[in-house]
Amino acid sequence: MPANRFNGNTDYGIGIGLRVPHYSHILSKKPVVDWFEIISENFMVDGGRPLELLDRILEQYRVVQHGVSMYFGSADKPDRTHLRKLRALVKRTGTPWLSDHLCWGSVDGTYTHDLLPMPYTFAAARRTAEKIRQIRDFIEVPVCVENVSSYAEFHASEMTEWEFLTEVVELADCGILLDVNNIYVSSKNHGFNPYDYVDNVPHHRVGQMHIAGHTKFEKYILDTHDHPVLDPVWKLYAHATRLCGVTATLLEWDDKIPSFGEVHNEALKANEFIGGARKAAV
Amino acid sequence: MKRPPRHPPARIESTADLRSFQRMMASVIVRPLTADDGLQPRWVDGRPMDEVASEFVKPNDRLTSFERLELYNRMYWSRLFDAIRDDCPGLLAALGEDAFSRLAREYLARCPSRSFTLRNLCSRLERFILEKPGLTAPRTRLAAEIARFEWAQTVAFDGESRPVVAESYFARTAPSRLRLGLQPYLTLLRLRYPIDTYMIAVKRRDALRSEASNTPGAAAVHRAFRRVGPPRPRRTHVAVHRHNNRLFYKRIDPAAFRILEALRAGSTLSRAIAAAGPGVKPAKVKGWFTSWMALGWFCARGNKRRRGAS
Repeated sequence: MPANRFNGNTDYGIGIGLRVPHYSHILSKKPVVDWFEIISENFMVDGGRPLELLDRILEQYRVVQHGVSMYFGSADKPDRTHLRKLRALVKRTGTPWLSDHLCWGSVDGTYTHDLLPMPYTFAAARRTAEKIRQIRDFIEVPVCVENVSSYAEFHASEMTEWEFLTEVVELADCGILLDVNNIYVSSKNHGFNPYDYVDNVPHHRVGQMHIAGHTKFEKYILDTHDHPVLDPVWKLYAHATRLCGVTATLLEWDDKIPSFGEVHNEALKANEFIGGARKAAV
Repeated sequence: MKRPPRHPPARIESTADLRSFQRMMASVIVRPLTADDGLQPRWVDGRPMDEVASEFVKPNDRLTSFERLELYNRMYWSRLFDAIRDDCPGLLAALGEDAFSRLAREYLARCPSRSFTLRNLCSRLERFILEKPGLTAPRTRLAAEIARFEWAQTVAFDGESRPVVAESYFARTAPSRLRLGLQPYLTLLRLRYPIDTYMIAVKRRDALRSEASNTPGAAAVHRAFRRVGPPRPRRTHVAVHRHNNRLFYKRIDPAAFRILEALRAGSTLSRAIAAAGPGVKPAKVKGWFTSWMALGWFCARGNKRRRGAS
């Protein structure tokens, strides 16, 4: 399912995150890259250099927006200022789809700026799906929700994380940004089989995938995005692409960012792991 | 954020339950850390925190409920503390690590983020410094001015830009009726300290440090840098603005500053020029306006938010 209604019927290939240390290289060398993912909030400003740079990137590259603070799962209503700025940015970038996380992070207007895990309950799924629908209707592009990495589980939960994800996307009729690194991190932190997760989400709704590096500590794994993708994540990615098809894939590298070439080469390794899916598609 | 419930909801069957759960968890996460960077051992009502945590967070075979919440508590403070450090290098240099950390902790505890973007995190810092002078004494006035200056830089970096008025705009309306707007990204600062030169020194030092950190023996080079001392008082008038999307500080003659202040406050062009004072020659005023026009500072006055001179 490379192209589906959740990614605007596009077939975008392998992209990387647009990050400040690479601006100069990208603008001067104009490397060939399938697409860039931008953090929407970094460009939801009223003017100045961020928008100038974005416009220069847009002249030459395809850009997809990824948000970090819409908080579909917060009980609060969506912030109107946030929505207006997001819609303006969507018009500017022409993003074929937009993603943000299946999480919460604000309450009563106070923001934690974190991607906090949901209690997996039917009531929470209904509220989250309602918000996704409202937001999608306002910004008028398809929405994909991303599973987050997490470090806590709650007594109130009534189902597994993948069941919750499925419940939300079915109720909202939206897509999934399947972050296979996040699945792996959470599986180690919570003791579930990551393949059960990948096997049991609605594959036809996966519009995009994320891959990234993580860091192992003695008692838990942190989703640090600060080094190359680890082998178990590549294997999980290969499995996911066999089930979902060759899907728009993005490498996240957000800390200790190396050269553009190193990041891009790491992303392109994805090609080595999607052969099975390619054969199945032929 | 509203007061958290005494106990988190055992079941989440409605949006109200979800909100109650989220208030509980967010209240834990944003609580200040202990001196050892840990989750506070007692909840706001005095109960042991591990007892409260176990009411809603499951333990696993490696981490207790308390420890799992503590991870989020630490990440919250680390993230916001890093953000405030990034935005306030001048304040950090002026106060030093310890005083800056104390100020940042208190500020974040009392003024948590109310915006979807961390860009706005320091928008209330100047006011907070003036309201809690004990945190920055004896340099409260200096600290407040640096905070104001650093916020002005944020505004200049990505604030709104409106269409620049053409020269013909001046010809169409009599000066006694003409009111000009100033670009929203432009902040006028009337300061007791020369914060502009101070900030340039801080940035130069930080740039050198950054360069040195990539070279062998960086530590030795690092030690050789002189500390940027706090500036001595000197009345200074500065406009923090951008030109061709680059950040600039422009010193402004006091009489010229009064004109700009008056224009921003809504005075007509005639009254604004009169605010400069009787001794200012017309040729000088003309030169100022020529320069400001070239910088694109004037726009039509709108009803959208106005930024007062400070």
